[in-house]
Amino acid sequence: MAHAQGQQHPISLYLKIWGLLFVLSTLSYLVDYFHFHGYLRWSLIITFMLLKAGLIVSIFMHMAWERLAMVYAILVPPLCLLVLIGLMATEADYVFLSRVIFFGQ
Amino acid sequence: MALHPQAEVESSSSNPPGLPPAPGWQGIASDWASDKEAFKQVPWGKAMMWIFLLSDTFIFTCFLTGYMSVRMTITSAWPNPSEVFALTIGGKEIPLILIAIMTFVLISSSGTMAMAVNFAYRRNRAKTTALMLATAALGVTFVGMQAFEWSKLIAEGVRPWGNPMGAAQFGASFFMITGFHGLHVSIGALYLSIVALKVWRGDYERSGNYQNVEIAGLYWHFVDLVWVFIFAFFYLW
Repeated sequence: MAHAQGQQHPISLYLKIWGLLFVLSTLSYLVDYFHFHGYLRWSLIITFMLLKAGLIVSIFMHMAWERLAMVYAILVPPLCLLVLIGLMATEADYVFLSRVIFFGQ
Repeated sequence: MALHPQAEVESSSSNPPGLPPAPGWQGIASDWASDKEAFKQVPWGKAMMWIFLLSDTFIFTCFLTGYMSVRMTITSAWPNPSEVFALTIGGKEIPLILIAIMTFVLISSSGTMAMAVNFAYRRNRAKTTALMLATAALGVTFVGMQAFEWSKLIAEGVRPWGNPMGAAQFGASFFMITGFHGLHVSIGALYLSIVALKVWRGDYERSGNYQNVEIAGLYWHFVDLVWVFIFAFFYLW
């Protein structure tokens, strides 16, 4: 049963990912430090965020080595949340305008 | 309700022939289990932790979506997080510095946790225990810094119903999101300490199964993952 033990990866892999996460965090902090604005700021924040999230989930949480059935069972359901976010974002203009009208009176 | 005849006809395939299925809770469990295995070669504890984390993803996303909704629809100005969370060090105001340090602390704790899992599968108990306790200590450091941040903001007059810097919803979003995350970190530090103690005592050496360390690690990395999103959307946006 000795082979039934969990996954083995070299420690250096974890150290590399750790370093990468440090670099990405520093970069996203610098976005704020250098006062980037507008679409440049938002796209940089989201890029660094997704890269960090991807590294944590795939390497640290070992998702990259799980079976596909498991990966899809966990990663597909959150896509529903994108629908919720989309709905809330598209409705925001309307709520904002009704508030402007309501508070303006 | 003619429960009896039907129940005896519909004998579960997992039961030995001739025996009626187990009644009550045992019956519910065996009916649902039915010797089926959805996730091949994935230990059930790990699958269950993943499903719990999936549900937690929904909770945190709902908080962040609520925050997005108020921030997109308010008529007053949102306080500038870069200024609200700035600290004055050596007479110079540095934006978001405490949050940046907290981010590095949490990422480091994820690094030590990943290595703890690795050493656990190599059955190196001393290193596993040490790395897990280091992870928990970094978690406690994180919560301590968060407590400092909370008291600073409360002293400046930030409340869930209003604040001197701008939109009233700022306080509600801030305390709700960071509070719930801080609670996760606190519970995680306790959880990791308990598992570390069990590693040290040799519980997993006796059972020959170090999966519990990896499962605890999954929880901890998730806490770090949630912070990545909070950092991006609440502090940097």
